[in-house]
Amino acid sequence: MLRVQIASTMAMTETTCKDPVIHNHWHAIAAIEDTGSHVHHTRLLGEDLTYQASTARDTSDSTGDHEFAVSRTAAPDKLLPVHCAYGYIWTCLGTPAQPLFTLPEYAESDRNNVCACSVGVRVSAPRAVENFLDMGHFPYVHTGILGEQPHTEVREYDVEITEDSNEVIATRCRFYQPQAAAGANEGMLVEYVYRVPHPYCSILYKSCPDDESRMDVIALFVQPVDEINIRAHALVSVIDATSAPLAIRMFQQTIFGQDKPILENQLPKKLPLDPRAETPIRADKSAVFYRRWLSRQGISYGVIPAAA
Amino acid sequence: MDTKPDSSSDNNHYWHPIASSTDLTPRHVFHGQLLGRELAVWRADDGNVNVWENRCLHRGVRLSIGVNDGRELVCQYHGWRYANRTAGCTYIPAHPADSPARTICNNRYPVTEQYGLIWSAESALPATHNSASVPDIDPGFLNGSITAPVADGDLNTATIRALNTEREIDAGRLLVLRPIPVNATIDIVSTVLQSYGYIHPLSNTPVHCAVEARDTYRHTTQVTPLTANDCIASNANPPAELIQLHFIIQPVDSARSVIRGFMSGSSTIEHPTTWLQLHNAALSQLRIVAEQQMQAIIPPAAWEVSITPVSESLAKMPGISNAAATTQRVVVRAITDTAKDIKSVEMAAITGDLATWQPGSHIDVLLANGLTRQYSLTNGPGQTDHYNIGVKLEAESSGGSSFIHHSLKPGDVLTVSPPRNNFSLRRDAVKTLLIAGGIGITPLLSMAKALFHSDLPFELHYFVADNSHVAFKSCLDEFGKAANIVTGLDPTETNSRLQQLLAHYENAHHVYLCGPGPMLDSAKAIAEAHSWPDESVHFEYFKNATEVSQDKPFSVALARTGITLQVPAGETLLSVLRNNAVALPSSCEQGACGTCIVDVIDGTPLHQDVYLSNAEKKRGNCMMTCVSRALSDSLTLDI
Ligand code: FES
Ligand SMILES: [Fe+2]
Repeated sequence: MLRVQIASTMAMTETTCKDPVIHNHWHAIAAIEDTGSHVHHTRLLGEDLTYQASTARDTSDSTGDHEFAVSRTAAPDKLLPVHCAYGYIWTCLGTPAQPLFTLPEYAESDRNNVCACSVGVRVSAPRAVENFLDMGHFPYVHTGILGEQPHTEVREYDVEITEDSNEVIATRCRFYQPQAAAGANEGMLVEYVYRVPHPYCSILYKSCPDDESRMDVIALFVQPVDEINIRAHALVSVIDATSAPLAIRMFQQTIFGQDKPILENQLPKKLPLDPRAETPIRADKSAVFYRRWLSRQGISYGVIPAAA
Repeated sequence: MDTKPDSSSDNNHYWHPIASSTDLTPRHVFHGQLLGRELAVWRADDGNVNVWENRCLHRGVRLSIGVNDGRELVCQYHGWRYANRTAGCTYIPAHPADSPARTICNNRYPVTEQYGLIWSAESALPATHNSASVPDIDPGFLNGSITAPVADGDLNTATIRALNTEREIDAGRLLVLRPIPVNATIDIVSTVLQSYGYIHPLSNTPVHCAVEARDTYRHTTQVTPLTANDCIASNANPPAELIQLHFIIQPVDSARSVIRGFMSGSSTIEHPTTWLQLHNAALSQLRIVAEQQMQAIIPPAAWEVSITPVSESLAKMPGISNAAATTQRVVVRAITDTAKDIKSVEMAAITGDLATWQPGSHIDVLLANGLTRQYSLTNGPGQTDHYNIGVKLEAESSGGSSFIHHSLKPGDVLTVSPPRNNFSLRRDAVKTLLIAGGIGITPLLSMAKALFHSDLPFELHYFVADNSHVAFKSCLDEFGKAANIVTGLDPTETNSRLQQLLAHYENAHHVYLCGPGPMLDSAKAIAEAHSWPDESVHFEYFKNATEVSQDKPFSVALARTGITLQVPAGETLLSVLRNNAVALPSSCEQGACGTCIVDVIDGTPLHQDVYLSNAEKKRGNCMMTCVSRALSDSLTLDI
């Protein structure tokens, strides 16, 4: 009995990722603008990392960008692949199996791109992504901001998994938002499009109050600290010449701050992929597709896989 | 103890304390844990204590962070509402027009309240649990500790026990100790408890108790009263009265326990505060000892708790509910005259709990004379221990209402269907207008109670011949200005009043109508004339007054079943389907209730019901199989 218990205690502390898909994916670890030339510490997939702006480093190594150096704390001399994109530093603990997804809006010259926040949450990465896709909680969790009672209905919307890019896309999503535009004193239906191009990242397009032909973008890049701890990084990319970055940050931090206690009270913390673990309704169509899409890719990190 | 104690034993109903009664303060949800499983424990305004899995069925959010509104528990994440007692989901805000499937019901655990403690057990209750059938909390253990007799075999045993307990607490014969959480296994706590002792507050000398362990969880000893007299001459004059001291260890998890306890005596226990303080101090000492002993062992792995999967049908994004009908037996608890020719009938479950309902639901009542009748429930939110209906004596009654009025008596047993809801109440309206004619008040009453209790804006207009016809007057009075009784109008006056009420449609306003056919027809026409959209006008007819023709035969292809049937003149589509073993739920069978709806894939239905709106009839993609037929020669149905 004693030996069994020691073994199980060891198994519990063994947190490195055995999921090849997640292991070989890019993950955001920090905002570029927050990273100086001194040594920073973080955790990714259960491993301690150090990173810094690589002014002093030898960057003759051939892979990735060379502005930043990232390595396992335990193996400081072996640099990990680095990619700088969308305001954040991305790295990969294995060998990147595919390039990072594209987010072309980021490069549009008239956009205000803000790395809005990086919030630690005690939950698995997929639970955080699912929360991001979910409109039904707006009136309850983001009361007065993204929704308001009694306007609780989630109207029918479309979800598909695109063949070419292998993304989950939800379109025609509409939800009542109080004060959707600055100066509006009545609520209105706001249209959203959601993309999930990465198991732990999601991008939201939202009708832009200033320009009907374009969409504001809010992206969530989840850093899986370990299976049940994350840092949620937000990129906000808006066509709004007036809002100061500080106001945008405050807004996004309020939203994430409201989600955090809910997410930390979800049981189990890992996302159950067995369809019978929880009770989906039509409003959860995007989550249903997302769970199936994770299952199909054989993702096992941060989820409870469905029994075969 | 490495394995979870109860999982291997047959005794699934081993009672454990999970909270003090005083932890369940009004409108609060207490976070409990037993054998590794988290529990949400809450008391409704009617006194009923609910012990549920601490996990919303929807997305697993802890219900202990939800809101106890006194009748229902509301989840914080998406506002799903779960009913007191049955734990059935009554409302899903994301889909305001639908009633939740009846199978959405949270896991419940047995509960009883005794000796100032809330007790529960490991095994989840089946959906139809009988709170009267749970075994007693080991009567032998507590023999003689309570002087008042504990009533048994009653429907409300738990409540009576709780009352007795309260009396004992009030009389000072029962003193509930403060719980002491200990980070140690039950075995360690049990061992340590057996050397229990305290410092006598007057003599300042240690008192050692001879603690008898009944088993790992339960320990008993006796103590003597604290009076100064006893203290000085305790040996010479042994006190006549002894006080029993009980400890019960709550197994929270493999390495976490709570010591709970109480003292009981045959007369008042004096100096209760002093007792509480000395036990508190003594138990806190034990806690330190137990936690030190824990340092010496390898902490056992946390007990695993299984999460019961939801039913297969729920896993596939359910739509509108209408689960297969099973009946339940009820006993008539009370019959009262609520207005001229209207009786209010209250029915309670004989065993188990009643199926969950929502505002607008109706039940089929199978009467002893062989008739079946539909009646709307008038219950308010959280009133889950009975069904209440209002029955009007119909002049041309074929025996349904006259049976209830003249033959039914309290104590009679009836068979009823589970509630069905074809008249569900949206709670996302900016304003709700409820318009009732006569006995049509019944479903609207249930709606008004729900809206009123949730502080949602509504107006109820109740049209009756005169004041003697006003049913459920005391409920209406509660609504204050929101309820408006309109008496003595003739049809023309009624029309012009409806004109006023429906003159202005505004976005997200909804109107619910229930009453006699002619009144509903004109109300619907008026609403349409004032541009109320179809989706905002909801109505329920008592019955279908339109002439139903059964002249034309037609054929029907069943797309999923893969068969084609002939429907001859004179026979309904529903009966042809039934005769060919295609089971469809049905209720009124006269085109009024909407239960037997099916989707039409091809062909043009001849609608003869009053359930579908004109727009829905025009769309032609669904029909009522009980009365509707085909205009085309054949139909293809999605069954
Ligand atoms: S998780 Fe409880 S309502 Fe959605
Ligand atoms: Fe959110």
